[in-house]
Amino acid sequence: MSRTLSAPVTVAFDYTRSTGPVLGRFLTGLRDGVVVGGRTSDGQVVVPPPEYDPVSHQALDDFVEVSSLGTVTSWTWVPEPVKGQPFDRPFAFALVTFDGATKPFLHALDVSSPDEVSTGMRVRVRWAEERVGAITDIACFEPLPAGEEAAPAVAPSGAVDPVTGIVVPVSLDYTYAASPEESAFYRGLEQGRIVGQRCPTCDKVYIPPRAACPSDGTPTAEEVELSHTGTVTTFCIVNVPFLGQRITPPYVSAYILLDGADIAVLHLILDCPADEVRMGMRVKAVWKPEDEWGTTIENISHFAPTDEPDADFETYKQHL
Amino acid sequence: MRDVAVVGFAQRQMRDFDGSPTCVELLVPLFKECYEQTGWTRRDVGFWCSGSSDYLAGRSFSFVQAVDAIGVIPPVNESHVEMDLAWAMYEAWIKIQTGEVDTALVYAFGKSSAGVLRRTLSLQLEPYTMTPLWPDTVSLAGLQARAGMDAGLWDERAMAEVVNRSLTDAEQNEWAVRKGGSSVEELLARPVYADPLRKHDCAPVTDGAAAIVLAAGDRAREVCDRPAWITGLSTYVDEMTMSRDLTGSASARRCAEALDLGGVDTAELHAPFSHQELVLRREVGLADDVTINPSGGALASNPMFSAGGIRVGEAARRIWAGDSDKALAHATSGPALQQNFMCTLEGNL
Repeated sequence: MSRTLSAPVTVAFDYTRSTGPVLGRFLTGLRDGVVVGGRTSDGQVVVPPPEYDPVSHQALDDFVEVSSLGTVTSWTWVPEPVKGQPFDRPFAFALVTFDGATKPFLHALDVSSPDEVSTGMRVRVRWAEERVGAITDIACFEPLPAGEEAAPAVAPSGAVDPVTGIVVPVSLDYTYAASPEESAFYRGLEQGRIVGQRCPTCDKVYIPPRAACPSDGTPTAEEVELSHTGTVTTFCIVNVPFLGQRITPPYVSAYILLDGADIAVLHLILDCPADEVRMGMRVKAVWKPEDEWGTTIENISHFAPTDEPDADFETYKQHL
Repeated sequence: MRDVAVVGFAQRQMRDFDGSPTCVELLVPLFKECYEQTGWTRRDVGFWCSGSSDYLAGRSFSFVQAVDAIGVIPPVNESHVEMDLAWAMYEAWIKIQTGEVDTALVYAFGKSSAGVLRRTLSLQLEPYTMTPLWPDTVSLAGLQARAGMDAGLWDERAMAEVVNRSLTDAEQNEWAVRKGGSSVEELLARPVYADPLRKHDCAPVTDGAAAIVLAAGDRAREVCDRPAWITGLSTYVDEMTMSRDLTGSASARRCAEALDLGGVDTAELHAPFSHQELVLRREVGLADDVTINPSGGALASNPMFSAGGIRVGEAARRIWAGDSDKALAHATSGPALQQNFMCTLEGNL
């Protein structure tokens, strides 16, 4: 058994970005099949155009259309592409100086082996089948066939409004590990136990146990098996629907201080009307059937009221 | 200016950290080592600053969780940068200069192995025209390596010499995750991976954490026989595109020009790719007799967010031991040496 539990996790978000006038002009150009650079105060023609002049720091407004043909100034082989790159098979990334520009531009170059690429080789843009106003409107560069020296004509995209925004989906895959202390907690749950640990410095019992007590910076150590019964310290009634919600509102999310613990855990209060939940209410864990248990807090379906009288405020006021 | 010295340093480096992305389990023993080196408790530390990024291991607010390792009752004076430990140290140095505090403990951590590091780092690039292509770190370094080779500034033999020296020196470094020198010929006989780079030209993916203790004036002298005094620091950044001249590093050159490098006998350079050490040596203008990366450097282990600060710590250790009188420490971040930090450390004020 490994020291810690781990599971795959994917974190994804679509970043919506406004482009501003300079990058908007560049991306509008790509949508229309034209490569637009910017002329800077030191006489350079740069693709993509920088938003501000690197020397004078003035906003750049001198745009230059350059050719979609260019020359490779550096390249590297990509033997094992990562997710999201222009190709899912080996390819080259290249720095290419467009004809009419003076500084290089980064994109992929579609060749099938490093033997097919060299610094100084002539290349041209291969446009994406559908152009939307994004850097990926350039599908890649491709070697310029011998004898060809004219940029191919590009069909217009049909759109007329300038590009003002882009959406960049970002998705990252991780192997997410629990700490050794958290792993002990989840392994306990798999056996129907709620396991906390005591801080050796301040004697507080943490659930889940911690790699360091946040008060003292000491790892919790001594295992403490906690009661399945506790007290609602504070709660909220969820009235707002959201994506992925599993229960129909209104329902109650509450902090529950298990008997013997010094920190409350967040869980659901069900089996009673939401408006009957109150601070000090005594509740007990309701477990799912044992054959559904795993190393997860979801083994506890929810907490439900016991028939005990409410706890005295004094017993939990230190834990709010 | 107040005199500020490095008086403590601790590190952990490994290929795969079998623990949480907050690395709290790594930080607790690191802080303990720093307390032992100084005789302090956490209450003696006037300011804390950490360096980390949630993107690295996919844990939100990991730096908040990491504060658990300090213990924050009573509350502590604390800050965070999404940058390498070296820049966290810079913030602490400034904090000490304000006179508000006399001591600081800075730390950084990262679990690079939780994701695909070279891909994750695409998120630090220009988000409109670069990130959508997911240019990985190794590819961007490969473009830089070839640009210098084509310009005749270095060749694969010069790169292999850097690797051989680094992996040989790393044999003395208990934290190195890749070590063992052989010969330039043997290294060049190995296959090219991301043409023009061989795998040994690229720093190994490394998990880890490190901590540095700073103290001003007499507070430093109280806890260290020979404090490593920070006699200069500088940081500069180049534009984020790959249009810049990759055969050099204008920001590294400006860092070096801002410091008095006379008398430097040791340099710890943060070069995650072999050719980048050659770029840095040229931009800094180091003499031939300067000892470079006696720790083995980043080609032996390169834990994200602490590897730059580890260069400072390794340089300080040599000052403490009397092996060096004046050392240069360098940290880098961003693609192809885009962001740079340098400081000089001296044993005699």
